[in-house]
Amino acid sequence: MGNFVSFVRKEMLHIIRDPRTMLIVLLMPIVQMLLFGFAISTEINNIDFAVVAPKQSETIRRQVERLAVNDYFTFKGYIAPQTIDDVLRRGDVDAVVVFANDYDRRITDTSGANRSRPAIQLIFDASNPNIATSGSGYIQRVLQQESPLTAAMPETHTMYNPQMKSAYNFVPGIMGLIFLLICAMMTSISIVREKETGTMEVLLVSPARPLQIIFSKMIPYFLLSCINLMTILLLARFALEVPMTGSMFGLIGISLLYILLALALGLFISTIARTQVAAMLVSGMVLLMPVIMLSGMAFPVENMPGVLRAVSCIVPARWYIDAMRKLMIEGVHFDAVLKEFLVLTAMTAILVTVALKKFKDKLE
Amino acid sequence: MKTLFILLDKEVRQFIRNSFMPKLVLIFPLMIMLIMPWVTTMDVRHINVSVVDQDHSSASRRLIQKINASDYFSLVQVSEHYEESFRQLEANNADVIIEIPDRFGESLVEGSAEKLRITANGVNAMKGGIGAQYTTQTAMQTLSELLAEEGSQLPNDTFVIENRYNPTLEYRNYMIPALMIMLLIMLCGFLPSLNLVGEKEVGTIEQINVTPVGRFTFTLAKLIPYWVIGLIVLSIAMLLAYIIYGLSPVGSFGAIYLAAILFILTMSGLGVTIANGSSTMQQAMFVMFFFVMVFVLMSGLITPIASMPEWAQWITRFLPPRYFIEIMQAVYLKGTSINELWQAYTALTLFATLFDLLAAVTYKKQT
Amino acid sequence: MDRNKVISVKNLSKKFGEFLAVDRISFEVERGEIFGFLGANGAGKTTAMRMLCGLSYPTSGSGTVAGYDIMTQGEEIKRHIGYMSQRFSLYEDLTVWENIRLYAGIYGLTRRQTLRRTVELLDRLQFRSEIHTLVGLLPLGWKQKLAFSVATLHHPEVIFLDEPTGGVDPITRRQFWELIYEASAAGTTIFVTTHYMDEAEYCSRVSIMVDGQIRALAAPAELKRQFAAQTMDEVFRILARDAKRGE
Repeated sequence: MGNFVSFVRKEMLHIIRDPRTMLIVLLMPIVQMLLFGFAISTEINNIDFAVVAPKQSETIRRQVERLAVNDYFTFKGYIAPQTIDDVLRRGDVDAVVVFANDYDRRITDTSGANRSRPAIQLIFDASNPNIATSGSGYIQRVLQQESPLTAAMPETHTMYNPQMKSAYNFVPGIMGLIFLLICAMMTSISIVREKETGTMEVLLVSPARPLQIIFSKMIPYFLLSCINLMTILLLARFALEVPMTGSMFGLIGISLLYILLALALGLFISTIARTQVAAMLVSGMVLLMPVIMLSGMAFPVENMPGVLRAVSCIVPARWYIDAMRKLMIEGVHFDAVLKEFLVLTAMTAILVTVALKKFKDKLE
Repeated sequence: MKTLFILLDKEVRQFIRNSFMPKLVLIFPLMIMLIMPWVTTMDVRHINVSVVDQDHSSASRRLIQKINASDYFSLVQVSEHYEESFRQLEANNADVIIEIPDRFGESLVEGSAEKLRITANGVNAMKGGIGAQYTTQTAMQTLSELLAEEGSQLPNDTFVIENRYNPTLEYRNYMIPALMIMLLIMLCGFLPSLNLVGEKEVGTIEQINVTPVGRFTFTLAKLIPYWVIGLIVLSIAMLLAYIIYGLSPVGSFGAIYLAAILFILTMSGLGVTIANGSSTMQQAMFVMFFFVMVFVLMSGLITPIASMPEWAQWITRFLPPRYFIEIMQAVYLKGTSINELWQAYTALTLFATLFDLLAAVTYKKQT
Repeated sequence: MDRNKVISVKNLSKKFGEFLAVDRISFEVERGEIFGFLGANGAGKTTAMRMLCGLSYPTSGSGTVAGYDIMTQGEEIKRHIGYMSQRFSLYEDLTVWENIRLYAGIYGLTRRQTLRRTVELLDRLQFRSEIHTLVGLLPLGWKQKLAFSVATLHHPEVIFLDEPTGGVDPITRRQFWELIYEASAAGTTIFVTTHYMDEAEYCSRVSIMVDGQIRALAAPAELKRQFAAQTMDEVFRILARDAKRGE
């Protein structure tokens, strides 16, 4: 036990002696949480528009005014019809609202004679399709306020996060990424570095058991991850006000399980990679990329083609993120994430077995 | 000048001899262009709808049928009670619930319409938000059709929507030009940085430092191969985009390559600056990773800059990829010209100069 | 200035923060000498050598190498010196010929000069058959000999060797020193640090550094007499005994 403690101390020193890396490791989740929480949002909440109105009648002005005072829109002015393409192409505006020449007459005419010809044309810069779709929805809704249909306009509620803070969704994703980064990537690199510099040999010929050496390498990263888990949970609860009404026990338990899994992955990579660069590229390309892409962290899994959805089932982070999302945002009980828990347990068991076996094979 | 060629020769040979690098240059763009466009889609389709029909009128049936027929929706269930539908929402099987109240059909004809109630699942904010939006639109459209059939005359307030530059509203088209930027960040930022720190770790850089080779020459020789690789990879990616997705730039190739060159200069300058300040690959890697993370999250690659708060938008002005993404998307989809984008080009030029100067200044042969 | 003083240093010091790595050393090295620079690990040898090679700025003091000021003319010095360290390896993923051509090019040799000297070098080392072998595949002793030859390719006035024979077998060490003698006979000044006291015996003059200072400087025979010792090893032990810094 004595030499185990001294090994752990050595590994701690390695990490503390490189303050820059440690700072980044501890800062990364914080910056990510803050950026996701307060800076970026998938919600479309600002649409710049210009208006083409050959005759600026009272009605048209009222309609434009209605859009302009709305928080979602910024009115950039009236333009001439021939400059529509220019302003859109330059990116000055996202949309141009074109009122028909005889708009006033048209909207009061209920004879249906002019039905085929529209009174308002909305031209969108659809290069970002989501701006175009939600923009057209918003604009129509505002402009239709004078229509009798408005009375029937449905009421809309949003459950779970009424302010539609995108941050909520990203928190589990960040956790899935950060633990993989620290545990898998850093552990594998640090083991491979010892192999590269030959110090691993020295450790292995010492009386310490090989498993002790490996565990002592993992413990500091495990601790770093626990610190990060704490920061993330605290930030999520108090800065982002994620409800987290679900099972706290489940939340922490599954996180620790996932950290263990990531450590096993790191060990596994270190047995395949011969150089630091290789370890880095393997963890970068084989672990991080799929996690970012396939775990549903940023991009919804259900939108992907079937093949990719099938592939995403073997990405551990996907299950972890699903479980976290349920526990943190929906606030369900532990039994609701039982499936995820079992999948992760099975994955961890397999990975630990394989990684340890490979590591022992390497020694012989 | 001659020294530069000699050093270039060395770098190229080392690159080719590496078992991994040449493959990376081919595999990486393939992987990004083949997989990423399918993954990084924010297309909101297949919104799962659960309908609570308490009305059972022709109007409610019409609405349900309309939802069922639409590409955007998948009808999960039609239930009698809100609680039943809500359970589906809770289990994440439904994104949106539409509640059609009792007497809805009748009231519509009477003109005192009962309101439909829409509940969106906010767990996936994007899907919930746009889902609610679509549902409202569909409901409104159905209502106006119903009213028209009932003979009540509505004012002729019809809209025509033109989605210019991307009429099929394909999200992929918007992502692909931006994904090419990821390629350049990885290849022209990470690789030269790791290469340089690698020479430090092995110690060969010390041998170069005792020779009369100028630090500019040495750095330049390190960077030029990656500049060339960056342009080749960009071309491969553009070719793939055309072959697989039929997407080719509306604007000029000149505009794309000019921006790409400026951006590559910027990123490689950043990579070298970081390498100069690091002594191990792990360090360089993590610092680089930090920057890339901020770049990816904040420069409009994933979420629109216009949606950010004031202070965050201000920060994005200092992120070079922001300008490159703006240029790529505008040139690729809208055919915008260099003149029209002069501000973005100027910004990129400034960044390129700044980072390359920084890279040259921070490289010290003598300490 | 005396043309024969290839290296001349006065009160050279280097401080890293509070740590005085090199403490006011002064010495001169004459043309054609083999100057042994001895000291225990951490005595400041490598730091001193790095200042002479223009890799590191002195904190104070002055000096010239090959007639150029070490404070201000670092880049000029680099044109006239060769350098090889134990840690240094040639590029392992380049072949012997590619390495030679790289350094020949860096020092601006013409194509004809390069070819002639390469042939000379390879014959001297009996290396011709290995010209297209990757350096990484050569045994360590060969690498070191090749590295030395490449460092002398441009006929430098001084060549700095930082523990050049570390980890090399006795036979190869012998061969290595023959190369050094040859270069010295051709008029190149050799500045060498080493751990091996038998190697110190081969030097024309030896300085011994302890705790950042030069404690002794003379020909090996002279030193042995001064300290009443049989071997250089003994001399070194006597001096190193009262070192405060150690490993």
